[in-house]
Amino acid sequence: MTDLAGLADGPLFGLPLPELWFGLIFAMLGTFLFLDGFDFGAGALFATREDDEDREMILAAIGPFWDGNEVWLVVFGGALFAAFPAVYANLFSRHYLLMFGILGALILRGLAPEMYEQRHDKQWQRWWGRSFVAGSILAPFLLGAFVGNWVAGTPRSFTLVGILVGLTTVALTIVSGTAFLRVKTRGTLRADLQSYGERAVVVYLLAVVATLVALAVDGLRAAILSPVVLALVGASVLLAGGYVLALRQGRDLVALAASAGLTYGLTVVVALLLYPSIDPVSGLTVRSAIVSTLPLNLMSVGAALLLPLVASYFVVLYSAFSGPADPSEAY
Amino acid sequence: MIDPVLGSRLQFALTTIVHIIFPVMSMGLAPFLIYFTWKDIRTGKPVYEQLRRFWTKIFAVSFVVGTVTGIVLEFEFGTNFAAFSTAAGELFGGPLAVEGMMAFMLEATFLGVFVFGRERVSDTLYMISALAVGAGTWLSAVWILIANSWMQVPRGYELVTENGQTVVHLVDPIAAYLNPRFGFMYIHMQNAAVESVALFMAGVAAYYVFRHHVWEYPVENISFWETTLKIALVALLITAPLQVLHGDLYARHVYETQPQKFAAMEAVWETESYVPEYLIAVPTDLSDITDPRAKELFGLGIPGGASWLASGGDPNAEITGLNEFDTEAPPVAIVFWAFRAMVGLGFWFILLAFWGGYRWLTGDLFEDDLLHKALMGSSLLGIVAVEVGWIVTEVGRQPWVIQGVMKTHEGVSPGLTGTEAAITLAGFALVYTTLLGLYTYVIARIIRAGPPGRDDLRDHPKRRDTGDRPEAPAGVASDD
Repeated sequence: MTDLAGLADGPLFGLPLPELWFGLIFAMLGTFLFLDGFDFGAGALFATREDDEDREMILAAIGPFWDGNEVWLVVFGGALFAAFPAVYANLFSRHYLLMFGILGALILRGLAPEMYEQRHDKQWQRWWGRSFVAGSILAPFLLGAFVGNWVAGTPRSFTLVGILVGLTTVALTIVSGTAFLRVKTRGTLRADLQSYGERAVVVYLLAVVATLVALAVDGLRAAILSPVVLALVGASVLLAGGYVLALRQGRDLVALAASAGLTYGLTVVVALLLYPSIDPVSGLTVRSAIVSTLPLNLMSVGAALLLPLVASYFVVLYSAFSGPADPSEAY
Repeated sequence: MIDPVLGSRLQFALTTIVHIIFPVMSMGLAPFLIYFTWKDIRTGKPVYEQLRRFWTKIFAVSFVVGTVTGIVLEFEFGTNFAAFSTAAGELFGGPLAVEGMMAFMLEATFLGVFVFGRERVSDTLYMISALAVGAGTWLSAVWILIANSWMQVPRGYELVTENGQTVVHLVDPIAAYLNPRFGFMYIHMQNAAVESVALFMAGVAAYYVFRHHVWEYPVENISFWETTLKIALVALLITAPLQVLHGDLYARHVYETQPQKFAAMEAVWETESYVPEYLIAVPTDLSDITDPRAKELFGLGIPGGASWLASGGDPNAEITGLNEFDTEAPPVAIVFWAFRAMVGLGFWFILLAFWGGYRWLTGDLFEDDLLHKALMGSSLLGIVAVEVGWIVTEVGRQPWVIQGVMKTHEGVSPGLTGTEAAITLAGFALVYTTLLGLYTYVIARIIRAGPPGRDDLRDHPKRRDTGDRPEAPAGVASDD
């Protein structure tokens, strides 16, 4: 008991825990956007294939992974709830319909492949295929809209910035989805994907610039013109170039890594634009919204112990299914 | 439009009532799947590969639907119960975050290996993934029930005022999280999950056994279904009596820690001793059905029964009546009838287990058509019992969201409009009805298709050595 009581006195090892947790929740959001992002991208690219075999291949490519990837959203929500309860409550209730839109899209995306595999008649598969595509595009779009409104500090859920960030996110998922599917597939499917990836990355860059302009008009000018943000935008352009080059040379894993760089870069920009505020609408800052010392220290110990373990699960999963997907493994 | 408080409560009720079905299936199936995987790897008997593959399909579908409906619940604390989340986040958010990192991550990643990876990984890693998925599902329940038990019996906290808002402050994490209620809830819930799945397995297997042996309509893979029935009966014989015995201890704990809920379970309005346990309480007119025991009922009860249960043996023990409490009573009729439904089902499952066990001993397990029909009819009743049990727990806690600390209506998001609440409530009613329909459809298809045939099985090294491929003993008892 005395040990635990000591945890209430001050932050663990004198660390700047509020900032670390602020960083951590965005790291979790970024990981979700990258990992489940390529599942979403694969779902959007599903629409470009008519052939049964190709469609089965796309489903088989994400089959073992998507459920684990989606848990990063659960962990993001849980960590935000635990570390910044007032932010969690304010944000989620403010963008009420948007949140349920995201949930609905995630239900559709998760359920559709399951249903698609159940029956092999054309009509059935056409409808569930469409649902899969719709869910895979709507989920990142609405999530992007949510993040856009969060950063812009607007109480409204349907805004220009929201739509622009939504489009940015969808484009980004297609960028990473292309790279991921090229790693997991062979033949014409893999060859055809290249052009989608190239186009998506251009759309992505344009959407980022449009978003930044819209945000600058909204009053975030100083933050956007800060050297770090500008450097990150510059780095994104370079990464996008590297991505295209890697696709052309057939180095798909490099392209996937570049898309990871783009995703985390975007997440860092979002975090920088917010900081030191964490919810501009309610006026909460990272320091004012953080949970009190005792639970914060407990959570920090928990996360420090658990997150390396979580990383190891993903290593096991991705190495067990390294290399091209095998549709016969789909259920 | 609808009152946002009412809308939020109805929506949370609907989304939990639907969601809990899927964790019950996955948590309940987990120990069976670990057993099947172990026996499959160790013995190489075809029936264990069939069992593993068949029930893994049902597990995988349940898990996916459980994931997508589970995220909804996590988000709803923020969207619909923002005031609760702000006030209690310090105690309530932690377990939810740890659940995600410790449990959900474990199950969701190893699920990929377990469902898709049999041909890709070694026996050892495959066994580990079965254990990891199982452990993950059971660890999830640990953290969710730690959070819920704190709402039932809050401890280890103090109330402070921050920026004009009353907030719960964590002072003693051990008292808060290692709450005695947690132990009762966890055993009751996990045992209920296994019992519900055992009932489901028994019901499905009984259908095929009935068709084959009673109707004499030959069923492919009949030995698979016979084995399934026996394994399910063994599980039922263990879990059914345990559930009722443990439930008795749990009820006593509720009497001690949540007297208002206990009074609602027994519909005791005025404090009395020697309270009977009503088995049947038929209202004398229809309006009384919502107000059990308010007026004279035609009741059939065990004299002193409720007092006896509450105190652990004293029929004269006093039960504090609902009128003694400062707050309004929970919806008594719902709690009263749900409690009776749960207990009644609990005893019915014991009867079923002993009936089946007895027929197994006399060698008539596959011939007793009445037993088969009873099992078929009871295949979903385990899940019904879980639902009514949770209704006792959650409705019985009303009007509180955190017992004695915060009322449910105070926890609802202040900015929520009636229109928003109505839109999502209607949306969920539609989506979840469809979801349940689709889930039922998929599970029915899997059951109709049956297990993979013997010719479709893997090339097991043990079977290659012994030539044990074509025939295998059907019984569980004859294994080793």
